[in-house]
Parts: sequence; structure tokens; C-alpha cells
Amino acid sequence: MREVNVSEISETIARLSQEANYFLPEDVLAALQSGRQAEESATGQAILDEILENQQIARTEQAPICQDTGLAVVFIDIGQDVHLVGGDLREAVNEGVRKGYTEGYLRKSVVFPPVRGKNTNDNTPAILHLNIVPGDKIHIVVAPKGGGSENMSALKMMVPADGLDGVRRFVLETVSKGGSNPCPPVIVGVGIGGNFEHVAYLAKKALLRPVGQYNALPEIADLEKELLGKINQLGIGPMGLGGKVTALWCAVEVAPRHIASFPVAVNIQCHAARHKEAVI
Amino acid sequence: MKEHYLTTPLNDEAVAALRAGDRVYLTGYVYTARDSAHQRMFELLSEGKPLPFDIVGQVIYYVGPAPAKPGRVIGSAGPTTSGRMDKFTPALLAAGLKGMIGKGLRSREVKEAIKTYKAVYMAAVGGAGALIARSIREVELVAWEDLGTEAVRRLRVENFPAIVVNDIYGADAYEEGTAKYRTIELP
Repeated sequence: MREVNVSEISETIARLSQEANYFLPEDVLAALQSGRQAEESATGQAILDEILENQQIARTEQAPICQDTGLAVVFIDIGQDVHLVGGDLREAVNEGVRKGYTEGYLRKSVVFPPVRGKNTNDNTPAILHLNIVPGDKIHIVVAPKGGGSENMSALKMMVPADGLDGVRRFVLETVSKGGSNPCPPVIVGVGIGGNFEHVAYLAKKALLRPVGQYNALPEIADLEKELLGKINQLGIGPMGLGGKVTALWCAVEVAPRHIASFPVAVNIQCHAARHKEAVI
Repeated sequence: MKEHYLTTPLNDEAVAALRAGDRVYLTGYVYTARDSAHQRMFELLSEGKPLPFDIVGQVIYYVGPAPAKPGRVIGSAGPTTSGRMDKFTPALLAAGLKGMIGKGLRSREVKEAIKTYKAVYMAAVGGAGALIARSIREVELVAWEDLGTEAVRRLRVENFPAIVVNDIYGADAYEEGTAKYRTIELP
């Protein structure tokens, strides 16, 4: 058993919360740069230039890329040979978010209770996805998620007869309906299979995969290519003002499903696709 | 793409010159308000009470800024999704509001009210909050400090960049732009 003090997890999450909000990942930056090359609309080109300039300012000044510094979504894979000491893990995660968001001048965007609620003033609680895995390491991802793009996401309990056609239609409908709202160019995360709650998790998880890396299953990789191509034919373009570049990437994650169910979820991510990881 | 350098407050003449798709650089004062502040302003108007600022000719910016770092007047300050304010917007336009800056689609009712009351809806680049903050020079709290980032603040801006989306002639830059580049039937 390897002992790890939970305070180390707090410190790591505090650091990742800030780094994720200041520094756009390199894969997303590269996708924006190639999007700028591919974009034909003059307005779209000007908007992509502003987005690229903005991330550079954020990087240099250590300022948030976007004022919506998100709900802190935290994924932790804990090795089963790790023994956590020094306190409650969930509280340690929230302590990390509290410290990161307060010391990093990040916006506090959480209200509770959800109806007529008050701001919790420290951006807690985080949304925490815990997973036990083999080994003695702790893998942490902090993925701040803005409200504008999250609101344009959707889940549908389809039936097996809907098949791939149903998936295509639902993904295109969802991106189309969102239009300019989720700050395109977007990244589209799709979940297929599992059940009601698992499919939403799959779609979220898809957003963490590096841009440019296809699903290992060839038929799903083909679907990813097809969906990205079709999404970019919708014409929505940068900030919805028209153009060729509506999405930078589309990632699909799949899981086994019940014989009667065919759940599909679409999680939309704005161009400020922020996530940062560390291993303890 | 025409460019306009405008000074707030706006009048009918200035608004009439703006067409969907035009670039605008705003100088002067704009007021911040988003979900909760709109709810409160709407309630005040419904009760016949005065708003916390004189809204005639003014521009509202839908934004909830990040906290200012030491030595700065404001943190990152890009637009939030405007559609959430649609329910309250026609009443504010009727009260004299002339301009709105945000991002994303507006309802049919808002677009009609923009025509009726001769106003303009503009989009700033969402997710470009660090860049946009550079055009904000001063920040002053106007009302409802308890709302935190959602409080109403008066911002002095210089050449604040935006794009006209909905003009008084009923044009919509989102619809026009998308139609121009769409090469697939909607599902």
C-alpha cells in the first residue's frame, strides 16, 4: 500500500483549476489554427483571429480564457493500492477547487439550492467522477465546463431500430439547434450505449480525448469522421455567424447497452475546451 | 462588412445606420446585467418602480465578469448567452433600452421588439474574455452587490468590439451567415 495524504490531492486540484483556465491545451490550439486556415468566411476568419489572440493574452497574463470558468468537473482514477490518509477525499477535492478558484481570481458560478439559490462563493462543490483502477497511482483531470455550451447538450433514449441513422440525426439536430449559443467552433462529445446516466458520462468523457485521436474501434472512428464532416456542412461557423468551421472535433465513446435501449448523448464543448491533468 | 465607431448612449439615428453583419466599436458607458439582474429589473418595471439606472438610450452587456486581479479594473469579461434574457427583454426595450451585447440566438418576440422600439442586438466574441477586458477602462457598481458577478455595473469602454446581429429592419446575421455556408439539409 502506498500512502497519499489527501492534502496533496487538494494542492494538485488547486493548481490544475488555474492552469486549465489560463492555458488552452495544445491540441485545441492547433485545431483552432487549422480551422483558421480552413475558414472561408471573412467574419469567421476575424473571429478565429480574436479567439487565437485571446488565448495568447490569457496564457501571457495568466488570466482566464473565458470569464465563465465553469463548474469544476473533476475525474479521479485512484489505484487500488493507494491508501488515502489525512481526511475526507471529497472534502479535499472541494478544498482544492475552493483554493484554486479563490487564489486564481476565477469566477464563482455555483448556486445552491438550484431554485432561488445563493452563490456558494467558492465554486464548490465540484462534480466528482471517481474510479478505482489497478496500480498505486492517482490520475486527476480537472475540466472546467461553462454553462453556455453545457446548456446546448442533449440526451435521448432511442430504440435499437433507430440505429446509426438515428444517431446521425440526433447529433446534427442538437448541434444545429444550439447554433451560435455554445460558442462555436465547438467540440462535440457523443456517447452511445450504456444506460440513461452512463451515456451522459460517456459523452462528457469523449470531450477529454485529445483532438485528432480517433476511437480505437474502426467503425466508431468512421462515424466520428462522418459526423465531423456533416456538422461542418451545417454552415453555423465561428460564433454562429456563418462559415465552414462549426466544430473542431467530434469524439464518440461507446458502451454495451440493454437489448431494448439505445441511449445517445451529445455533450457540446465550446472552443475554450479546457482540461488539465496530473498524476500523483 | 461596414464598420461603425459609436458613442453611447445611442439614439434612433445611430441605430438606424446599423445593419446585420456590420462591425461596431463602442465607446462610452455600458451596463452589465444578466439572469438575476434581469429578473429584478423586470419585477421593478412590473411594479411601476424605477430601475437602478436611467435606461433610456443605454446599452446592456450580458456579462458576469471574472474577479479583477490586483492592479486591474476587471477580470476576463466576455459575453454570456443572450437567449436567457429573452423573457425580460421586450419590457426593457419598451422602457427605452437601445442596445444589447451578448452572444447567441434571440426569440421571435425580442426580434420584433427590436424593430418596434428601434434598438440593436450585437454579439461580442464568446470565449474571448481576456481580449475584451482590454477595452474596459473603468468599472463602477450600480446595484445589487449581493448578486456577486451578476450585479449591475457601469463599465466605461473604449472601442469595445461587437458585430450587429439583429437590426431594426428585421435582418438576422446568424440566419444569413448560416444559410450562406450550409451545404447539407437539416435533419
